[in-house]
Amino acid sequence: MKFIDEYRDAQAARQYSDSLRRVTTKPWTIMEVCGGQTHSIVKFGIDELLPPAITLVHGPGCPVCVTSLELVEKAIEIASTPDVIFCSFGDMLRVPGISRDLLSVKATGGDVRIVYSPLDALKIAEENPAREVVFFAVGFETTAPANAMAVYQAAQKDIHNFSLLVSHVLVPPAMEAILSSPENRVQGFLAAGHVCAVMGFWEYEPIAAKYHVPIVVTGFEPVDILQGIYMCIRQLEGGRAEVENQYSRSVSKAGNLPAQKLIGEIFRVVPRKWRGVGEIPQSGLGLQEKYSRFDAEARFGLVHFTADEPAECISGLVLQGIKKPYECTAFVVRCTPEHPMGATMVSSEGACAAYYHYRKKS
Amino acid sequence: MASESKNGNAFICPIPIEQYPNVLLAHGGGGKLTHQLIEKMFLPAFGNSILGARHDGALLHLPSQQLAFTTDSYVIRPLFFPGGDIGSLAINGTVNDLAMCGARPLFLSAGFILEEGLPMDTLWRVVQSMKLAAEQAGVQIVTGDTKVVDRGKGDGIFINTAGIGVVEARQAISPANVRPGDAIVLSGDIGRHGIAIMAVREGLEFESTIESDCAALSGIVLDLIGAGIELHCLRDLTRGGLASALIEIAESSCLHFEIEENTIPMLEDVKGACEILGFDPLYVANEGRFISFVPARDVDRTLARMRAHPLGAQSCIIGTAKEGDPGLVTMRSRIGATRVVDMLSGEQLPRIC
Amino acid sequence: MCLAVPGKIMSIDGTDPVFRTGKVSFGGIVKQVNLAYVPEAKIDDYVLVHVGFAISIVDEAEAQEVFEYLRQIGELAELEENSIQ
Repeated sequence: MKFIDEYRDAQAARQYSDSLRRVTTKPWTIMEVCGGQTHSIVKFGIDELLPPAITLVHGPGCPVCVTSLELVEKAIEIASTPDVIFCSFGDMLRVPGISRDLLSVKATGGDVRIVYSPLDALKIAEENPAREVVFFAVGFETTAPANAMAVYQAAQKDIHNFSLLVSHVLVPPAMEAILSSPENRVQGFLAAGHVCAVMGFWEYEPIAAKYHVPIVVTGFEPVDILQGIYMCIRQLEGGRAEVENQYSRSVSKAGNLPAQKLIGEIFRVVPRKWRGVGEIPQSGLGLQEKYSRFDAEARFGLVHFTADEPAECISGLVLQGIKKPYECTAFVVRCTPEHPMGATMVSSEGACAAYYHYRKKS
Repeated sequence: MASESKNGNAFICPIPIEQYPNVLLAHGGGGKLTHQLIEKMFLPAFGNSILGARHDGALLHLPSQQLAFTTDSYVIRPLFFPGGDIGSLAINGTVNDLAMCGARPLFLSAGFILEEGLPMDTLWRVVQSMKLAAEQAGVQIVTGDTKVVDRGKGDGIFINTAGIGVVEARQAISPANVRPGDAIVLSGDIGRHGIAIMAVREGLEFESTIESDCAALSGIVLDLIGAGIELHCLRDLTRGGLASALIEIAESSCLHFEIEENTIPMLEDVKGACEILGFDPLYVANEGRFISFVPARDVDRTLARMRAHPLGAQSCIIGTAKEGDPGLVTMRSRIGATRVVDMLSGEQLPRIC
Repeated sequence: MCLAVPGKIMSIDGTDPVFRTGKVSFGGIVKQVNLAYVPEAKIDDYVLVHVGFAISIVDEAEAQEVFEYLRQIGELAELEENSIQ
């Protein structure tokens, strides 16, 4: 497949690997922000091709992982309501709530449907005017334009039985939270290429400057990731801290302007609680007041409550790159993909699941 | 229904549709309507003298040697999909289980659990499809049963089968017989069945020409047996894909299997579908592919025989069995690094992340 | 986040910018994709598609940069080795 296979070329990968060995003279710790990048690294065994001096830590780039326990519980509540059609991306179906997940709601008779696109959920709403249709709008900035369009089209078409349960999170505030933590060991970042395809990378320049960390916008295929790491290491070895763009075939500095415009029309920045991490100010998106009729939380009158994560679960520390999955006392022993304790084990992108599936069990 | 089964067009349902357009509870009651269903639909379709005896059980003459016996149930949704339907799946799946034992499949049973309200025409299409698949596989359906459950208690049609075959392989075929050094041979490209189903699943539809690879593998397996190849183990790939089959055998044989990603054939559009859904092709379902474990000295002959058969044209060696961590399956990725191939928990779900 | 796949635009429907869609091919399978966010996209362009939306047009010239960069660092390494010798 064009624009995929070339970036999985073994020779190019080996050349980048050799180049990395040549230019790395000191130990460095780099974080890849996006769960899709984590998935690729573990699936292709990319870390095997890195010199031992480079440590990769896996960041909180999995919207499934960071969706708060409260929101998962609200999703379960709504999906269990009679006559509701609850639509979601497949990723969310196995994320554990307090005692259940959306898949078990489906198993006990809830009408939970997997969709590929938010517009599919809108179509279901149009085809079922007598029923409430709710879409679980999860994602980073990459998915925001799609979710915004679903609301925009719903408003244009005057649809009354459609709403969104919004769980959008933003990358730059998460990066700042990691960098400003006293326990931070991350010295360089691979920024999420597809988030930047939408938002551009101008937002990262102040972060690179303030914390003196190189940030390289990176793609998802093995050769992209290796080049991104190479560019980051070159900066670190040279004492530079700039924003560079490895993924230039899909990302420009300004980003996608029509997408940003519609995001701004439909959504506004709000504080958001990240599962296992806590509340990060200005780190999420919520619906603008004029579109509040599409807000499922309001429509279903959901009560605020807080819930405690299982004490043993360190998914928050794994998400921030402070611990690796195998440092968790429950890893493999009590926490497995069949019986997950935290979202990082459930999501196919979660660092814990990635380690579980692709690593030898120790 | 979404698409025609393979033999779709020119037949007329023998049950008088104007009188009985849908299956009724009475069709499973054992009385007049059950009798009508058997006489007018099942017997003419599956027609053979054994079934024609109309007795409670089938009386079979079998040579006095080792028999293979299998059972399976089919609950697939949608009932009709590109390249097949629940009927052809039921026949081919059962035939394949027998073939994987190194047996020539001979006789099948077919038990139907029908949901009240199922369109008679749908049942007829499925029965016709089973007739065709049975003819192609050289098997006879010699006994059966029909029950009807209340509307809402079934999924249209469930089919249970059992199958008997006569073992022709000269040595036992089993994971226990896999040896270090055995080559792992795959009969063709992977992922067609799972993706063909996805293409017609509501909410995920896409346009494709991908058809399920649903097929009877007995012919190609009997060719290998006939050529005197020492088959240590055979396994057809079904749900859970290539990965699950490899892991199951690795665990049963207590050996380590190492495979090469670059050797595994896949159609370009199956690959495209896996990319957009976020599926790992190693775990996508197949219904007409198998892996065989043969000693290194037999590999060239095995490949030649398989490639000479229409169902094995893309046969290739994908890896080797080794001493080492028992039950471990590893894959060298196309960029040259190694990953562990692990059992999936649950079905693969389409993802965005 | 994450799962966005490049595909080729085979046809475009509609002129309304918000509701404009196209058939995009991914190795042969075709999906209807919303093109509202890539108003300059035309037939035969490759677009990056995430959850049914094209979010960017793939720049074919930039796509080669990854390999050009690799070639340059290879040359640089050779030069460095030669100068050491």
